[in-house]
Amino acid sequence: MRQFLDFEKPVAELENKIDELRQMTDPDGVNIAEETARLSEKAEKHLRAIYAKLTPWQKVQVARHAQRPHAQDYINALLTEFTPLAGDRLYADDKAIVGGIGRFDGQPVVVIGTERGSDLETRLSHNFGMARPEGYRKAQRLMKLAGRFNLPILTFIDTAGAWPGIDAEQRGQAEAIARSIEVCLEAPVPLIATVIGEGGSGGAVALGAGDRVMMLEHAIYSVISPEACASILWRDPKQASTAAETLRLTAQDLSRLGLIDRIIPEPVGGAQRDPQAALASVHDALAEELKALLPLAPARLKELRREKFLAMGRENLS
Amino acid sequence: MSWITEYVRPKIRGLLRRDVPDNLWTNCESCGQMILTKELRRAMNVCPHCGHHMKALVPDRLAWTFDNGECTRIELPPAPVDPLGFRDQKKYTDRLKDARAKSHLDESLIVAHGTIGGYPAVVGVMAIEFMTGTMGAAFGERFVAAARLAVLQKSPLVVFTASGGARMQEGVISLMQMPRTTIGVQMLKEAGLPYIVVLTNPTTGGVTASFAMLGDVQIAEPNALIGFAGPRVIEDTVREKLPEGFQRSEYLLDHGMLDMVVDRKNMRETLARVIGLLMRAPAKPEGEKATQSVAESGAAQTSPAA
Repeated sequence: MRQFLDFEKPVAELENKIDELRQMTDPDGVNIAEETARLSEKAEKHLRAIYAKLTPWQKVQVARHAQRPHAQDYINALLTEFTPLAGDRLYADDKAIVGGIGRFDGQPVVVIGTERGSDLETRLSHNFGMARPEGYRKAQRLMKLAGRFNLPILTFIDTAGAWPGIDAEQRGQAEAIARSIEVCLEAPVPLIATVIGEGGSGGAVALGAGDRVMMLEHAIYSVISPEACASILWRDPKQASTAAETLRLTAQDLSRLGLIDRIIPEPVGGAQRDPQAALASVHDALAEELKALLPLAPARLKELRREKFLAMGRENLS
Repeated sequence: MSWITEYVRPKIRGLLRRDVPDNLWTNCESCGQMILTKELRRAMNVCPHCGHHMKALVPDRLAWTFDNGECTRIELPPAPVDPLGFRDQKKYTDRLKDARAKSHLDESLIVAHGTIGGYPAVVGVMAIEFMTGTMGAAFGERFVAAARLAVLQKSPLVVFTASGGARMQEGVISLMQMPRTTIGVQMLKEAGLPYIVVLTNPTTGGVTASFAMLGDVQIAEPNALIGFAGPRVIEDTVREKLPEGFQRSEYLLDHGMLDMVVDRKNMRETLARVIGLLMRAPAKPEGEKATQSVAESGAAQTSPAA
C-alpha cells in the first residue's frame, strides 16, 4: 500500500481512479485500457511537476517518508557477503547503528548506517534511528577496524539526531559523537558518507566527516530540526515550514554552499516510489567516487579531507 | 535602528559602566544572599556564602587565568557576514550587531596568549555574552587559528567553554564547525602539545559534541551544566523527571567524563601544574605557587560529589 504525502493528493486521487478502473470488468475493455493509460500519463505528469519544485518543507516530509529505502536496505542491496558486526565492547550493542563488513562490487568494505526500522517493532528495536553513545562507539570501532585492514568505509546517514535521553547523557553522548568525528577525520582509508534521508545534526556529523559527502536529491541535512528551530526562534512550532526554508537544509542548498560533494538523483516521485531505482542510483555514485578515492595514499586522503573541512565557512567571512 | 543608536550608544554605555559603579549589592543567584558587589568581584564572581560560580565575562576570565592578568589578545580572522541571509523574527545581521554592542566583543571566541604559572600558553575563551556563545564559521576559523598559534609557539592550548551549541543562524555551516574545530585539536595532538578544556556553565550541543570533549585533560568549574541535549529537550523526550544534579560537573565527574572539578580560585594553579607536568618542564623550587604539590592542591579542589 503506497503512502501518499499531503501535497501528492492530486496524484493519489488519479491513482485511485486508475485502480478502480482496473477493477472494472466492462465489455467495452478497450476503452478502459485507454482511459487508464491516459490517467497514468496524467498522474506521472503531476508527479513530475510536483517533484520538480518541492519546497524545503515538502522535502523534509519526503526525506522522512517511511517507505524510502533505509540504511539496511542499501546494505542488503549494494553489498554481497555482508557480515554484520555488533557491539562497542564497552557497554552494549546499539541497534540504531548497524554495520559490518561486506563486498561492494567485489571490493571488501566496512559499512555503517543509522537504521530507523520499517515497522513498529523494528522501529522500537532500532530506537527510530536515534543512536546512543554505544552506537557511536561501535561506529568508531568499525572505522578503526577499517583502517587496520585497509578497507574503505561507506556510511549511510538517516537519523533525526542522537538520542536525547538520560541514559545517553549518563554514558557520554557528547564525547561519543566528538570522538566519532575525530575517528572519521583520522581514517587512513576512503570514507564516503551518503545522506539517504534525514541528516539530523551532531548525530549525523558523527558518521559524516568523510572524503565525500553525498546526499540523495530529496534528502535533508540540518543543524536542528525545522520544528525545534521554529519553536526556539519563532516561538511557534507551526512555523516549521518557514524554518525549513530559512535553514537551507536541502541537498541543492548545501551543494551551492559547498558543504556537500554530490547530489544523487532520485526517481520521479522520490526514492520511496521506486526504491530499486534509488538503490541503483546510489550504487553508481558510490562506485564512481570509490574509484576516484582508492588510488590515494592514506596521508594524501587525510590531508585532502582536512583541507575540505577547514575551508567550510571560510569564504563566507567578510 | 539609526546610526546614532548603533554607533554612539555602546560607547556611552561603556563610559557609564566605568564611571558609575554597578549596584552596590548583588544577590547570589543560588542562595539569594546579598553580597557586596566589590567583594563578589574580588572573589571572582563566586558567592562567598554558598560557593556558587556566577557568570564570568571574557575580560575577567583572561585576567584570572594569566599571570598578573597580563596577556596579548591575538588578531583574529574577521567576524562573519550572514552566509544564509538568515532571518527569523529578527535578522541575523541585526542579532550580530546587537551582540557586538552589548558584549563589546566581535565574536564568541576570544584568543590570547601569555603565561600561566610561568608557562607560555594560548588561551581561548568562549563568550557566553555573545549570542550565548554559539559556534559559527567565524568561531571555527578562530579556533583553528588558536590551535595554529599554539603549534607555532610550541605551547599548550587551554579553552574555556561556555556555549548553547551550534549557531542555528548559520545552518549546516555551523554544524561543519564540529569537524573543523576537531581538526584544530588534531593539530595539537600531532605536535605533541597539551590541549586542556575547562568547561564552564553552560556548555551544550555541538560544542560539547566536538572540541569541548576532546581535551587531554578535562576540567570543569563546579556545578556547570554540561551536556549534549538540553535538559528541557530530554525531559520532553523521556517524560520523566531528571535526576538530581543531572548534567552538572560533579555528575559528569562521577560518570567518568571529566578529570576534575576545580574551583575558580584554584584554576590558574591547577592549569599551571597540569601544563608543567605535560610539557615535562623542570620542577620549580619549593614554595612557588605554580608547582604546589598534588596533595596540597587536591585538598584545595572541590571534592567530587558523593
